[in-house]
Amino acid sequence: MLELQNVSFSADGKDILRDINITISDKFVAVTGPNGSGKSTLLKIIMGITKPTSGRIIFDGTDITDMPVNERANLGMSFAFQQPVRFKGLKVRDLLSIAAGKDVNINKDCSYLRAVGLCPRDYIDREINDTLSGGEMKRIEIAMAAARGGKLSLFDEPEAGIDLWSFKSLIDVFMNLHNVTNGNIIIISHQERILAIADKIIYLKDGVVEQYAEGEKVMAGLELRHGGSCSCAHGAKGESCNG
Amino acid sequence: MDDIEKRMLKEVAELDSLPVGAFNIRSNGQSAARNSTANIEIVSKTDKSGIDIIIKDGTKNESCHIPVIISKSGVEECVYNDFYVGKDCDVTIVAGCGISNCGGHDSRHDGIHTFHIEKDAHVRYIEKHYGEGTGTGKRLMNPTTEVNLGEGAVMEMDTSQIAGINDTYRITRAVIGPGASLIMHDKILTNLDQTAKAEIVVSLDGDGSKCDIISRGVAKGSSRQDIVIDIAGNSRCSGHASCDSIIMEHGVIVATPKLAASNVDASLIHEAAIGKIAGEQITKLMTLGLTEEQAEAKIIEGFLR
Repeated sequence: MLELQNVSFSADGKDILRDINITISDKFVAVTGPNGSGKSTLLKIIMGITKPTSGRIIFDGTDITDMPVNERANLGMSFAFQQPVRFKGLKVRDLLSIAAGKDVNINKDCSYLRAVGLCPRDYIDREINDTLSGGEMKRIEIAMAAARGGKLSLFDEPEAGIDLWSFKSLIDVFMNLHNVTNGNIIIISHQERILAIADKIIYLKDGVVEQYAEGEKVMAGLELRHGGSCSCAHGAKGESCNG
Repeated sequence: MDDIEKRMLKEVAELDSLPVGAFNIRSNGQSAARNSTANIEIVSKTDKSGIDIIIKDGTKNESCHIPVIISKSGVEECVYNDFYVGKDCDVTIVAGCGISNCGGHDSRHDGIHTFHIEKDAHVRYIEKHYGEGTGTGKRLMNPTTEVNLGEGAVMEMDTSQIAGINDTYRITRAVIGPGASLIMHDKILTNLDQTAKAEIVVSLDGDGSKCDIISRGVAKGSSRQDIVIDIAGNSRCSGHASCDSIIMEHGVIVATPKLAASNVDASLIHEAAIGKIAGEQITKLMTLGLTEEQAEAKIIEGFLR
């Protein structure tokens, strides 16, 4: 479905991604790794928001390396930003309509708002501006990407800004998306519960794919499941860490 | 009415036919149609060009349409409209001016609207300005709106100028009595070599008076917008002015919010921001399938709503 060939990216003299060669065909792939490892950059390169310094991106057999963002969106890709973008004057209804490609019907098309824990009636006519909290913005962002229901949905740390109590319902949103669409999902996450439902995990460190295998295998390899076996301060206390 | 006049009427007042309620339609310097109702009386002034609109005390849920259309080149006029809104009314007044100029002479409409709004009345005022034309003659509009709000009265103003006016100097002056409030949403888009000047001067004179002035402007091409929002807090009052603008291409915007407090219980806030469209906003809409141009248009449409 998606192939990255020798993808590299550097900026300001720093190598962010180094010669990434990877083929993704599983339905649900999680990308994880330490901060600064290049995860967001990788996703942005796939969406076309950032252009790679070198390398090719092949999507369903088509070389999309030089294709602009909107054309990739029309091929079936969607992207949920880590920091959702705010507007002045545009409402949830407007963006959902653009995402869905048609005018939004409050009963039919708002299931995604409901799924992320927002009452459609309360939110459909809200402006996507400073009056929405970070958590609300995040949920709307996820709902929009899901509403597009395309071939490839990309989520950049969807859990950031969502409170613990709502987190379970978010897991359900991804599981549902995973089951209902025929599309693929790639999620950047640090959350064990999201990593646990992934078919495969890409572990990125220092701009390189260190591991790419079945979820269980990667998790075990990272000693995430067995708390206390790492030699860092967390390990000494018997807790798991992401080191 | 000819086709141009009918089209302008639709553009300016969203009217496909004669409206319900009171109305006065002015076309090329003449009153083309007029209707008074039991509660809203419209009479021509005797000393100068214009009309008096007299709304009886307690008039509720009625509307008054007073659109002006100029479709002939070279028509220049200054029209005085006085609105007397009685106590405890709840009415909507739809004004607006459209100029279509395909000739070589300038067409100009200067409308001087004065509102005398009595105790506890609620007025919703909508004013849309529109211009078009393929000729070299300009489309010019210089509206002046004077508002006097009595005790507890509320006026909501929704003013917009979205296309085709070559030059405009818009003045709004309001004196706000005790417990009264003025809420104004002003939207303006200029393009090419158009110029627009606006002065909004509010005097919060009565205890408990309020105003909220929100101005949104987009300057494209080589156009220029100057806007002054001046709030004087002369009582126990609260005033807020927000001037939010997008500049594009070679547009110029000069925003001058001004506050003057002469009462220790005056609470006044002003905010002004001018900038280009944020790149991330364009990117976000492109991830939803829009082209860069479509994304830009959508952002401006939402901004000026």
